[in-house]
Amino acid sequence: MTKSETTESAPSRRVSGIGRLLIAVYGVLALAATGRSFVQIASEFVDAPLAYSLSALAAVVYIVATVALIKRSPRWYRIAWITISFELLGVLVVGTLSLVDPALFQHKTVWSVFGRGYGFVPLVLPLLGMWWLRRHPVSVVAGRALPEGRA
Amino acid sequence: MIEWFTWLQLAIAVPGGLLCVILGLAGRKPTDLSMGATALVELLLIVQLAAAIAAPLAGNHATGNLLEFYTYLISAIALPVVAGFWALVERSRWSTVILGVSSLSVAVMVYRMNQIWNVQGS
Repeated sequence: MTKSETTESAPSRRVSGIGRLLIAVYGVLALAATGRSFVQIASEFVDAPLAYSLSALAAVVYIVATVALIKRSPRWYRIAWITISFELLGVLVVGTLSLVDPALFQHKTVWSVFGRGYGFVPLVLPLLGMWWLRRHPVSVVAGRALPEGRA
Repeated sequence: MIEWFTWLQLAIAVPGGLLCVILGLAGRKPTDLSMGATALVELLLIVQLAAAIAAPLAGNHATGNLLEFYTYLISAIALPVVAGFWALVERSRWSTVILGVSSLSVAVMVYRMNQIWNVQGS
């Protein structure tokens, strides 16, 4: 690898610009989801095991997504896509179900009513995340420098 | 939790947070002003923690779930610290925006804490 190649691929290894803000907001949401699910599970889990398990799952996914956005490698890039897609799916499915059949989700989750309890951040954030991931693909640049087997 | 103190916290965290977001978007790196605003928000949270511990002794009991209240409070205390470290390590305009986001998040959490403590059942 020549020197110029190293310097070219270096920026993609580091999260730059507005991506940092995205990571920060993801971190806050991960914290909020974790805190809420911790309280729900610690104090009233038997009331609604489904909703609260979903809260916990959402919290874990947000944490993994935050980490995946920080770590710029081909593998983490793919994990970022998977977790962020899962979030979008979750907020759309649970959001729709919570409106169509409120009895199903009487107990709040992060995704109820498209994340209204969190200022609709859970709905907007995956879209911003996908936009950012598309703008900053790792696999194309870093994947060429570091093939899958060695990465 | 003392209600007027909560409103004071909001009166500082919301404008302080907005100021940092605006300064950051305008391209300013973290300065004494933006770091100071964040530090003030943090200081008030520490006072709030002391008040929350002392209030029940004075007969001021939480009406809602105390575990939820403290989860919010501890998370809120952690936020400006993390954002502040970020700003020290990474001196860019986005760190200033992140300082603002942390203060605004704290404001939301303080508002929820007030609901839990003072408004029954929420």
